[in-house]
Amino acid sequence: MKGSLIILGFFILGLILGLTRFLPSSLLEGDFSIYALYLLMFLVGVGIGTDRGSWKVIREVNIKIILVPLSVITGSLLGVSAVSVLLSNISIGEAMAVGAGFGYYSLSSVIITEFHSDTLGVIALLSNIIREILTLLATPLFVKYFGKLAGIASGGATAMDTTLPIIVRYSGKEYAVIAVFSGIVLTILVPVIIPIILKFI
Amino acid sequence: MLTDIIIVLSIMILGIGIGLLIGNRPKIIKITGVLTSFSIFLLLFLLGIGVGTNKQILNNLDSIGIQALVLTIGAVLGSLLCAYFTYILFFKKK
Repeated sequence: MKGSLIILGFFILGLILGLTRFLPSSLLEGDFSIYALYLLMFLVGVGIGTDRGSWKVIREVNIKIILVPLSVITGSLLGVSAVSVLLSNISIGEAMAVGAGFGYYSLSSVIITEFHSDTLGVIALLSNIIREILTLLATPLFVKYFGKLAGIASGGATAMDTTLPIIVRYSGKEYAVIAVFSGIVLTILVPVIIPIILKFI
Repeated sequence: MLTDIIIVLSIMILGIGIGLLIGNRPKIIKITGVLTSFSIFLLLFLLGIGVGTNKQILNNLDSIGIQALVLTIGAVLGSLLCAYFTYILFFKKK
């Protein structure tokens, strides 16, 4: 919980600095986040490589591991379809496109803005950011009531990077490889599934 | 977009390779953990700046925010339920 609050603190600090423009324009215009992500991916890789315990899991779990990203895809798409009846200006197809972001807000919002509309793109951005923040804050609770795959399911594509530490903390190190595997599969599928959904609505 | 994904995955695979070569060295593992935390802080900080400087999002926050929140709740609850059944049926140690 302390870790989540620190993470949220950094987000809010960035938000305030962005709102007040209390930053040099070079920092606002340059896109540093991709380099930070590169660094993070490298570190996550080293973390996985040095963790012998996780490699045992992949052998023990074998084919079952595929079921995890499949559950996330099925659950996300059914879930957003169900709640879309509550939203008068969002169709089931539009809701499914947003849900198929699986927490990967940067990529899903860009694709949806490109293939559909700006507004739905922003909804996708916010919805998937909320998914990530919710996972960071509520994973302890989710794991308690929905089992050890809960953090991985809630995190979706982010289970391979930003939400990985909190997932590992509450589900155990043996779930790290499952989280990364599920995150990788979902991340790769985001730019595949969203255009397909948008094509058929 | 595809290039981004390929770059990110290649970097991680490179990391895994280096990690496997390093092997079980507690000091390096600890440093990796600390650096991982800092890069997460940095990414969330940059995300905050991105949202704080995006006028389109800030001006329509109320209606867009509610729709986004409802969709998130649907997606997360659906995922949690599916993952719960998968966990009980296939992963839980008896």
